[in-house]
Amino acid sequence: MSISKRRSTTPADSPPPVAGNGLLHRRALLGQGFLLAGAAATGFGASGNSAAAEPLKDDPWSLTMGDPTPPRQGPSRFEKNVVRLLSNPNHEPRNSHARTPHHMIQGSITPSALHFTINHSGIPDIDPAKHRLVIHGMVRQPKIFSLEDLDRYPMVTRMAFVECGGNSAPMFSSEPMQVSAQQLHGLVSNSEWTGVLLSTLLDEVGVDPKAKWFLAEGGDSCALHRSVPVKKGFDDAMIALYQNGERVMPGNGYPMRLLLPGYQGNMNVKFLRRIKLIDQPAMSFYEAKTYSQVLPGERFWRFHFLQEVKSFITHPSFGHSLKGPGYYDISGVAYSGTGRIARVMVSADGGKSWAQAALQGDPQPMAFTRFRMPWRWDGQPVVLLSRAWDEAGNVQPLRAEIVAARGQSSQPVKNPNQFINQHYNSVTSWGIDSKGEIKHVYV
Amino acid sequence: MSTCKLLLALGAAGALAAGAALAQSPNLGKTISEADIRAWDIAVLPDGSNLPPGSGTAAQGATIYAQQCALCHGENGVKPAPGYSPMVGLQKFDRMDAPKTITYYEHATTIFDIVRRGMPFMAPRTLSDDQVYAITAYLLAINKLIDEKEVMNAQSLPKVKMPNAGKFIIRFPDRI
Ligand code: HEC
Repeated sequence: MSISKRRSTTPADSPPPVAGNGLLHRRALLGQGFLLAGAAATGFGASGNSAAAEPLKDDPWSLTMGDPTPPRQGPSRFEKNVVRLLSNPNHEPRNSHARTPHHMIQGSITPSALHFTINHSGIPDIDPAKHRLVIHGMVRQPKIFSLEDLDRYPMVTRMAFVECGGNSAPMFSSEPMQVSAQQLHGLVSNSEWTGVLLSTLLDEVGVDPKAKWFLAEGGDSCALHRSVPVKKGFDDAMIALYQNGERVMPGNGYPMRLLLPGYQGNMNVKFLRRIKLIDQPAMSFYEAKTYSQVLPGERFWRFHFLQEVKSFITHPSFGHSLKGPGYYDISGVAYSGTGRIARVMVSADGGKSWAQAALQGDPQPMAFTRFRMPWRWDGQPVVLLSRAWDEAGNVQPLRAEIVAARGQSSQPVKNPNQFINQHYNSVTSWGIDSKGEIKHVYV
Repeated sequence: MSTCKLLLALGAAGALAAGAALAQSPNLGKTISEADIRAWDIAVLPDGSNLPPGSGTAAQGATIYAQQCALCHGENGVKPAPGYSPMVGLQKFDRMDAPKTITYYEHATTIFDIVRRGMPFMAPRTLSDDQVYAITAYLLAINKLIDEKEVMNAQSLPKVKMPNAGKFIIRFPDRI
């Protein structure tokens, strides 16, 4: 049965293809019956499952007592390849990036062990009993807090993504790099964070109204520091003590980090030991150089605090391959530094037609929302892409728009670990050929 | 009640609540004096605040650089080891992939600050303030941003004119 014939015979109550190349209505995800009704009517059920299964027998693991229960469990030994990608595996004396394997995980919470990290001078081995946080500068009374002190404060729990300003930097290359979503977008992750609101501590030390900034500094050997507007400090900044219910991971800032929901990852200072209220930004080398963007016409942006609205498809994506025509669940993550995700649209024909994806759960502000799109692949070449909108009305730009405004590399980029620029939030497109092989493409 | 009055009433209630919250705030932090924070209080601001006493020249800095910095950042600040930035930088950044280093900074104080807090990379905060001034003078001189003879100290450093000064645009001014 040809695809056009199938389409023309789709009955009214089956999931209608709502956009080109087989995207189905998101309602198809609501009920199994609805999906199957549609599948049967379109002949997909038959083509998907016609091969007869083997007769059943017991496997060895079902016939003997299993392994002992460990006090702290890790993933199955069959999941050994689900790991972060390291930029500096030999621990050379420089920074080190570990990227989240987005194409191998699901849902909206990044397991803590897979949360991305960038450490500029290794992971300090901090004794939590000796760690201190001092708040001083333009305040009524400087104060110093131990972890034990902070543990007694009123805490809040919230979801938040943290994204490096340089995430997706390979997308500034004039040619699409043939690398996975992990390599392209692995410098963003999402956790549930628990800690003390910075505003509580700022109220206790008494901030001088003339203080417009604070600098946050870590206890690592590079004493990484960043300047943050006091406004953000009183708004929703948190001293995060817990990540997904357990103490913050060593690489994510143990025993405490600054969390600035929606703001550039590097500003969310880890191993936080000092906050100083000041009347001008400190212009640390990260804000003076690293996270300042060269624009066309010899002008440069600075203080690009926001991680703007973005989405990318994780399944299917580069590194996967499709095993023949039939049903596939397209899914990915969407997030925005300016609020909740309002809508994600998916296209299977390179952006000619779009269908609205289903959003999983209640979207939270400045946090991942997993989106899903039911799809029936007819085996022809397709180009999959997603585009997100947030509640503030911001929309993820198309690639042509971002290239027009920001430019792209003068030569194709060879090294995917290179950051030729930062703050790329345009769409990601996956080209799938008739064999089911997936490439990274620009549309 | 009009919306306006209602908002006023809510505002007053909010202010009371905030006062009550502060009174109930745990207040568990110990007080500490600025003098006792000094060892950590190393950040230098663009207007020169918090620059320490001391001074240095490019000639003094050249020796320290050759011994403690060239290994990674390259002899005379050029041809660094793979993965490290050179110290002699471009004077013009007219394409997005123009490699940036200290000549990109808007303020010379940033050079002092990064060296003082983080360099040499494997033994940070081992240089004296005079040595940091000397290295800063050396790095500025090899980029022809100051004369070789100029002395760098808390007064002269913030006045150094950087080539990119005035070319920066604040991306999200409403967030400040
Ligand atoms: C072991 C190698 C190593 C040595 C030795 C070293 N550095 Fe560095 N330096 C680095 C690394 C790595 C960075 C980047 C830091 C980061 O990513 O946070 C850096 C960054 C810098 C920067 C900022 C560069 C830029 O492009 O903005 C300056 C300035 C600097 N170093 C000066 C020095 C000086 C001066 C010395 C000697 C006192 C020194 N370094 C010794 C590794 C080294």
